[in-house]
Amino acid sequence: MKIGVVTFPGTLDDRDAARAVRYAGGEAISLWHNDADLKGVDAVILPGGFSYGDYLRCGAISRFSPVMEPIIDAAHGGMPLLGICNGFQVLAEAHLIPGALTRNHELHFLCRDQKLTIENTDTAWTSSFSSGQEILIPLKNGEGAYMCDDKTLAELEGEGRIIARYVGENPNGSRNLIAGITNARGNVVGLMPHPEHAIDSLTGPSADGLGFFTSVLKALVG
Amino acid sequence: MAKIVVDVMLKPEILDPQGKAVAAALPRLGFTFAKDVRQGKRFEIEIDGDPTPAQLAEVEKAAEKLLSNPVIENFTVRVEK
Repeated sequence: MKIGVVTFPGTLDDRDAARAVRYAGGEAISLWHNDADLKGVDAVILPGGFSYGDYLRCGAISRFSPVMEPIIDAAHGGMPLLGICNGFQVLAEAHLIPGALTRNHELHFLCRDQKLTIENTDTAWTSSFSSGQEILIPLKNGEGAYMCDDKTLAELEGEGRIIARYVGENPNGSRNLIAGITNARGNVVGLMPHPEHAIDSLTGPSADGLGFFTSVLKALVG
Repeated sequence: MAKIVVDVMLKPEILDPQGKAVAAALPRLGFTFAKDVRQGKRFEIEIDGDPTPAQLAEVEKAAEKLLSNPVIENFTVRVEK
């Protein structure tokens, strides 16, 4: 199974994302922001970093890059799409998921290992976890506070579309401790913390993040 | 040549940590007038000649599509002589 990993100018975590795909047993395919060709991939990951220098708003300029057009089309057709950190911001700017990511409430850039609970195991990216499972993966962002209006929040809660929540004190001011959400169909997932940095104990705080990548391979094999 | 100014502000209900940090810094410098501070963005767009209604409509569209994120921000468009 081929998983595309997009590189925008300023992307940082594409190599780790590709490595995580390979660890999970998939084939990682590099996709370039300026190339509207998905190279026949079965799923796509938008990795973390500071695409286009985070100018204007995080993800605002990347969202209009040539590669995003076929990605948005394919996601509307059901292709699994995971946005991590900056990728989550790109998904929000592209309106593939509701809401927006804004500056951390204490203004500091955070970089630490963070506990989350996985709350929805029915998406293309979370089926390898058990419901309520606690995982430990790195969190590193300056604009990770998930914001949406009350109606959207009620919808997300009511439909079980909050896939992961922070455990303990709210690290960044996200509404309802939201760390990740999914679209209604369950193929598009946005996640602020970084599972691709936690796939083995040699390089990460745990191997808990690997589940996101084994999940999508399972979803694709059917 | 005319200048079109687009001001973008976070919606009132969205927390503005930058504005809060500025509001906290002011009294440390002896400026005690501020009850609250909100921080936004200002875009100055230069065009040739006076803007036509069609051009202003285009700027409105661009402000909604790119310059602001309507989920969290409001914007205004005006012409500065």
